[in-house]
Amino acid sequence: MRRALILYSSNPIYSQLSTTRAPPGYVVFPKRDGGWIPPSSSYQPPVFRMRNYKCTLPPPLGSVGAASDSVANRPKMASQDEQDPRISKISSAIRVIPNFPKPGIMFQDITTLLLDTKAFRDTIDLFVERYRGKDISVVAGIEARGFIFGPPIALAIGAKFVPMRKPNKLPGEVISEEYSLEYGTDKMEMHVGAVQAGERALIIDDLIATGGTLCAAIRLLERVGVQVVECACVIELPELKGRERLGDKPLFVLVSSD
Amino acid sequence: MSAYREKDPRIHGIQSRIRVVPNFPKPGIMFQDITTLLLDPKAFKDTVDLFVERYRGKNISVVAGIEARGFIFGPPIALEIGAKFVPLRKPKKLPGKVISEEYELEYGRDCLEMHLGAVEPGDRALVVDDLIATGGTLCAAMKLLERVGADVVECTCVIELPDLKGRERLNGKALYVLVESH
Repeated sequence: MRRALILYSSNPIYSQLSTTRAPPGYVVFPKRDGGWIPPSSSYQPPVFRMRNYKCTLPPPLGSVGAASDSVANRPKMASQDEQDPRISKISSAIRVIPNFPKPGIMFQDITTLLLDTKAFRDTIDLFVERYRGKDISVVAGIEARGFIFGPPIALAIGAKFVPMRKPNKLPGEVISEEYSLEYGTDKMEMHVGAVQAGERALIIDDLIATGGTLCAAIRLLERVGVQVVECACVIELPELKGRERLGDKPLFVLVSSD
Repeated sequence: MSAYREKDPRIHGIQSRIRVVPNFPKPGIMFQDITTLLLDPKAFKDTVDLFVERYRGKNISVVAGIEARGFIFGPPIALEIGAKFVPLRKPKKLPGKVISEEYELEYGRDCLEMHLGAVEPGDRALVVDDLIATGGTLCAAMKLLERVGADVVECTCVIELPDLKGRERLNGKALYVLVESH
């Protein structure tokens, strides 16, 4: 079941949704006019779509240097059922691929969102509306899908874009942060000198699962004295509890998928 | 057509923000690093603006970006001109059905993949990457698009290394760059 919502801090308000799921192993691809192209066969499965979800808009980010960024000072969310009309199209433009990259994983594929020009535009707008005018000078994007969403946001809010990369991709001097995978570890790197102490930063990725990658990105930025204002993703997989792994760092997402 | 815009006043700022890192990824290579360009919001915006001004209103429906640095420049262009963004990726990164195109490296071969169904016959496409060197990757990208019936209008990069003759490898397809580096 997938839910679409905007979450803020530790006060999420969820709505129950009904969805239809495509049969396992079946994947559809969206057509330009919003329909779906089934693979060539006489079988016409039910269309996989999001229905009847709601989203709640969190209060805006606190102003520069305000204590309202801290969890304790964030106002509790009243029960609002404000539905941003853009969210439904964004959510339905994301396709789920079963058993990728390995059996049992339902992969959230944002590439179909990028084919829907209005939905992609709306995705960026939702982030930009939230972060514009908040004195954010750095947008850090995690390789590689964070490179798709980060730069348009950075350009719109007048921030620099800083790529966070796998090892040995960035030329010149870098700092590294190791992080755990399900099996083994991986490393994330950032350029030395890209960011300065005292800068306010966002971290962008397409999706948060366990939160391991985002955590590594937070540590890299904090090691050089940057204040991480918020982590922002298109999709959250709440069952994997990534949000908790971010500790006191707020997380903002557009769509939640169970 | 080579459109090395010496006269556009924005080019100087863009060029000066690109840093050269010697001996990366291996000895003898002078690596053109665009990450420093991305740290200058005005120069980054000027870069995107120059591309958008060229391609807006030309009925381009697809911007294909080559992993990973093509993912940085392609989407802002696509968003501004109202085109779809299609990522072209290394093997096994794209989920679902893909088509593959192999191409040659200095030593060995590599492969570029694109989603089936992302691009339709008749789509007018741009291919975007940060830099063209030998042109091998851009060639593979063009082939992928043409195999599904798209019309590749132009390849577009921030930087060209003209000594490596990538332009000639594009089989007559037009190439547009902002900066040349010898």
